[in-house]
Amino acid sequence: MKRFRAFVVKEFYHILRDARTLLILIGMPIVQILLFGYAITNEIREAPIKILDHAKDATSREITSKIVETEYFALSGYLKSEADIEAAFHDGTTKMVVVFPQDFGKNYENGIKREVQLIADATDPNTANSLVNYVEGVLADFNLKANLTSMPFQINAITRMRYNPLLEGVYYFVPGIIAILLMLVSAMMTSISITREKELGTMEVLLASPMSSGQIIIAKVIPYLILSFLDALIILALGKFVFEVPIAGSLALLLGVTLLFIMLALSLGILISTVAQTQQTALLLSLMALMLPTIMLSGFIFPVESMPIPLQIISNIVPARWFIVAVKDIMLKGSGLFIIWKEVLILCGFTLVFIAASIRKFKVRLE
Amino acid sequence: MKIIGYLIQKEFLQIIRNKGILPILFVMPILQLLVLSFAADFEIRNLKVFWIDKDQSAESRLLRSKFENSEFFDLMGSGFSYKEGEQMLELGNADLILEIPQNFERNMNREQKGDMLLTINAINGTKAGLGSYYANQIIRDFNSEIATALATPMMSPFKTISATYSFWFNPFLNYKTFMVPGILVLLVTMIGAFVSSMNVVREKELGTIEQLNVTPIKKYQFIAGKLIPLWIIGLIEFTIGLIVAKLVFQIPIVGSLLLLYFFTGVYLIMVLGMGMFISTVTDTQQQAMFIAWFFLVVFILMSGLFTPIENMPEWAQKITLINPIRYFIEVIRMVMLKGATFDKVQSQLIIITIYGIVINGLAVWRYRKVN
Repeated sequence: MKRFRAFVVKEFYHILRDARTLLILIGMPIVQILLFGYAITNEIREAPIKILDHAKDATSREITSKIVETEYFALSGYLKSEADIEAAFHDGTTKMVVVFPQDFGKNYENGIKREVQLIADATDPNTANSLVNYVEGVLADFNLKANLTSMPFQINAITRMRYNPLLEGVYYFVPGIIAILLMLVSAMMTSISITREKELGTMEVLLASPMSSGQIIIAKVIPYLILSFLDALIILALGKFVFEVPIAGSLALLLGVTLLFIMLALSLGILISTVAQTQQTALLLSLMALMLPTIMLSGFIFPVESMPIPLQIISNIVPARWFIVAVKDIMLKGSGLFIIWKEVLILCGFTLVFIAASIRKFKVRLE
Repeated sequence: MKIIGYLIQKEFLQIIRNKGILPILFVMPILQLLVLSFAADFEIRNLKVFWIDKDQSAESRLLRSKFENSEFFDLMGSGFSYKEGEQMLELGNADLILEIPQNFERNMNREQKGDMLLTINAINGTKAGLGSYYANQIIRDFNSEIATALATPMMSPFKTISATYSFWFNPFLNYKTFMVPGILVLLVTMIGAFVSSMNVVREKELGTIEQLNVTPIKKYQFIAGKLIPLWIIGLIEFTIGLIVAKLVFQIPIVGSLLLLYFFTGVYLIMVLGMGMFISTVTDTQQQAMFIAWFFLVVFILMSGLFTPIENMPEWAQKITLINPIRYFIEVIRMVMLKGATFDKVQSQLIIITIYGIVINGLAVWRYRKVN
């Protein structure tokens, strides 16, 4: 046991003496959650639009001001003719052009349908689609008010946003940030640190010690386990106290699932290090096989339901996907173990498979 | 010049002889481009609806059929109590619950208005917002349909203004058209920054740098010898990605290829210089990787790749001005999709060039031949 302690202490020294890495290890979760909390959003605010008003009458002006009044749009100028539209889009400063045709307001009072023409820059299809939706919303409001007297009756939808009443983006991102950081610290750092010993030849020294190979590996991963856990705590605390992301469910369960995921990531890191011979290979392997799928296929940024079917199937083998679902359920919905047992079971299964595979692959002898 | 030539030869041999690196360098990015481009989709369709109808009237059934026929919604089940719906929401089997209260039809006929309840799982705010928008649209249409059906010549005619729209540069709102060029930038940047940041520090860690330090090689020759092979690899990488984008995803390349390559070339020098600089200030590969990762993540998130920069708050938008990835993503989208010409991307080019000169200068300056 004393020997084992000495090993763990040695690993801690490795990490603690590297001030820069340590700084980033602590700084990274903070920076990321601040970015996601404040800067990363799909909400459109004040998209610059231009108006091409051929009609120049009371109705066209009223609608223009109604559109610009909303928080979604900002008027960035008027165009003179159709020929200017393309140029306006080219430098990327205009997201949409609203065109009122010549005879726009004429006949309006007589009930003949009038049309506004919207031209959106669809290089970003999301934004384009939302902008058009917002204008349609403004027009629908306008129509409703104009025809209030002649409508026989109205159905109103009372909308309630469950679990995230203010539609805060950060609610959605917190579980994903935890998953990514845990993958980074546990899987990537561990795999590189073990491969490093191999590459520099110090692994030989370790293997020649009276410690068993299992103990060596466990001693190696303990500091990373503690660090990862610390990172997860930082994110949860920042989420809770800065962004007021609730933790509706049981904190113990949340931390338990987090710990399980850390174990999973660590065993994955060990597995990678048994395959890779150099740090560079270990890095690129974990980067390409772990980090990118964790970011893209786990439902962190892009919803899994929106993916094509083959990718939805592939996403099943991305461990982070299950972790994120479980964390969201616990934190935001307040679900208990009886709701998320499936996710927990899957994560356990992954961990066992990775550990078994690393034991099979681990060689005590060097070639 | 001859010295640089030898150094380049050495680097290439090292890369080619490393069986582990080559497939990762070339196969993985293509796989990633393919997979990620299909995955990166915000499009929301098939929202799962749970229907609670406490009224069971003609009107409520008519409304239900409207939801059934919408391409945005999938009716996954129906029940009679809110509790059932709440459970479905918690299990993730439903995205929204629509509840028609008792006496819905009666209230409509008596008071000319009826309320229905819409409960949405809002964990994903964007999705919830769209869901609410689509649902309200259906209800609005339903309202005006009833209105038209009941309209009598005695009433004043409806005054409606509607919108027609056209989507330029991407008429079918293909999300891949938007994402693929961006992901291409991402891959070129990541490979470039990581491989270069781990390169010099690797020699340091393994001790082989001492052998280079005792040669008469000048500092700039050393850096150039490291940079040029990676620059060539980066361009090959970019070419492969471009071919995949064109052949697999049919992404249009409206603008000039020459301009695209010119910009990529300048950009790569900048990215590689950044990696080199990290490499010269760190002592271990792990450290280098970690620092590179940290900056890349921040740069990527703030680049406008996933979420538009205009949506960010003012201060965050200002920060993105020092983000080099932002400029490349802007340029690649402008040139590939809108056919922007040289004068439109001039300012971005100047910024990247200045960046490149500064960062490579720093790398040469920081590289010490003496310990």
